[in-house]
Amino acid sequence: MNEKIKKHILDLSVVRMCELSPGYFEIHLISACGTIPEMHPGQFVQVRVDGSPETFLRRPISVNLLTVDHTELWLLVHAVGAGTKALACLNEGHTLNLVGPLGNGFTLPSSDEYDTHPLLVGGGVGTAPLLFLGQELSQRGIRPTFLLGGKRKSDIMQLEHFQLLGDVALTTEDGSVGERGFVTQHSIWHTDAFTQVYTCGPKPMMVNVARIAHEQKIPCEASLENMMACGLGACLCCVEDTVEGNLCVCSEGPVFDTSKLKWI
Amino acid sequence: MSQLTTNIGALTLKNPVMTASGTFGYGIEFEDLVDLTGIGGIIVKGTTLEPRQGNPYPRMAETAHGMLNCVGLQNKGADYFCRNIYPKIKDIDTQFIVNVSGSSPETYAECAAMMAELERIKGIELNISCPNVRQGGMAFGTSCSGASSVVKAVRAVYPNTLIVKLSPNVTDIAEIARAVEAEGADSVSLINTLMGMAIDVERQRPVLSINTGGLSGPAVKPVALRMVWQVFEAVKIPVVGLGGIMNATDAIEFLLAGARAVEIGTANFIDPAVTVKVVKGINDYLDRHGYDRVENIIGLAHKQ
Repeated sequence: MNEKIKKHILDLSVVRMCELSPGYFEIHLISACGTIPEMHPGQFVQVRVDGSPETFLRRPISVNLLTVDHTELWLLVHAVGAGTKALACLNEGHTLNLVGPLGNGFTLPSSDEYDTHPLLVGGGVGTAPLLFLGQELSQRGIRPTFLLGGKRKSDIMQLEHFQLLGDVALTTEDGSVGERGFVTQHSIWHTDAFTQVYTCGPKPMMVNVARIAHEQKIPCEASLENMMACGLGACLCCVEDTVEGNLCVCSEGPVFDTSKLKWI
Repeated sequence: MSQLTTNIGALTLKNPVMTASGTFGYGIEFEDLVDLTGIGGIIVKGTTLEPRQGNPYPRMAETAHGMLNCVGLQNKGADYFCRNIYPKIKDIDTQFIVNVSGSSPETYAECAAMMAELERIKGIELNISCPNVRQGGMAFGTSCSGASSVVKAVRAVYPNTLIVKLSPNVTDIAEIARAVEAEGADSVSLINTLMGMAIDVERQRPVLSINTGGLSGPAVKPVALRMVWQVFEAVKIPVVGLGGIMNATDAIEFLLAGARAVEIGTANFIDPAVTVKVVKGINDYLDRHGYDRVENIIGLAHKQ
């Protein structure tokens, strides 16, 4: 848990926009003061989208990466709705207003757990927080394995960054790269032994990942993205039905131990 | 610097800007982002006698210049508030007002009586206007007799400032305001959300889990302002105005229409620090127009 990390209202400048593949954008942001505040993998920011009555509310976007020197914040955006499409049109030099970091991130293994072998399972744009998580694990001397999936090769993003941090296994539904099928069907589940699973992606994918982890008796954490308004635990719109009742994804998640969720 | 103090019954606010129930949690969720002591009052989320799970997800839909919600009064109950939340907020230097809801006049009254025991809670806002619950809520707020029955029950057990939050989903809001005034309410706040809905055209189903929800945000502001104007002319008790206030200009419109204080709701989601900016904006406006007290502009638009 990382409730102690201070929240901020930040005006950051776009320093680089990269279209990684059609519709997927990597946005690099910098701060005028040079340093971006502390954030934890799995946390998110609420991004203000200006310009249209239809994009009235902020958009919750998970932290893709905070560089080790805290100079750059990366967001990975899949332009699917009005808000994300507007974000995809940003230019270098544009100022983006964010509230964050918000929510609770992934639980990191303590440094004395030597035999830690985490598996990070992501689908589509859901791979975004796993890059930051992979960097944090790597900083702690842990080499993670990534299992990334998409419909086709162009849905697999930032592969070169993941490969620097750990072993990478891939699946695509059309077989254009990696094993054909879903992440839950990859052979790695049978060949390797993992001590922890972290997952982020479409809900049906995460549910199935959590089921496999449960069968293999591996602890599993999932990052949810229910529709939200405030991002701060005030409006109670983004709730997930859990064994503890309705919990806010924004403030009591977005990362949950899957044993708490009514998925299995 | 003008005098921004305003009074709602026996309750003194250091400035006329409060946060609307259900949009600002218990305040502490926002403490990293805004100076809570710069806010005139914090109206904490709807509290009922017993805990409530609220409605199923999805509870929110974004609409043009606003949003719909059907949260349905999810809260951990009055006892939890008294034991776990009150100790965390009682030393923060602003007025905390608890929004109280119920399913019968008796449960409203019992919850209100528990709040009366809390020294630092000097007022409650009675929610007779929640559009998202089957029992109680708006069912009371849409008829004079229903509204009167709740206010009467609460007034009998609650000695401190009693604000009654009115529903806009009525034919004549002034009539309801007069009915609650007659039962001894100290103030009325308006408006709660307007009933609305959104349909997902791909799924061909309503977006919200219970089909309908309450509309808030700048889309409702002209409606809210009109109702504040009408209620100001209908009652003698102080009016608290809310509905789509996004900035100081919006807030000043409500003050000119007759509100002695305003509540900011949905705007907190867009800018968590909006409240203190509105306070500053009101102050600047008073200075610019040569008024030394905010009281001088309340209801001013009614005068010739």
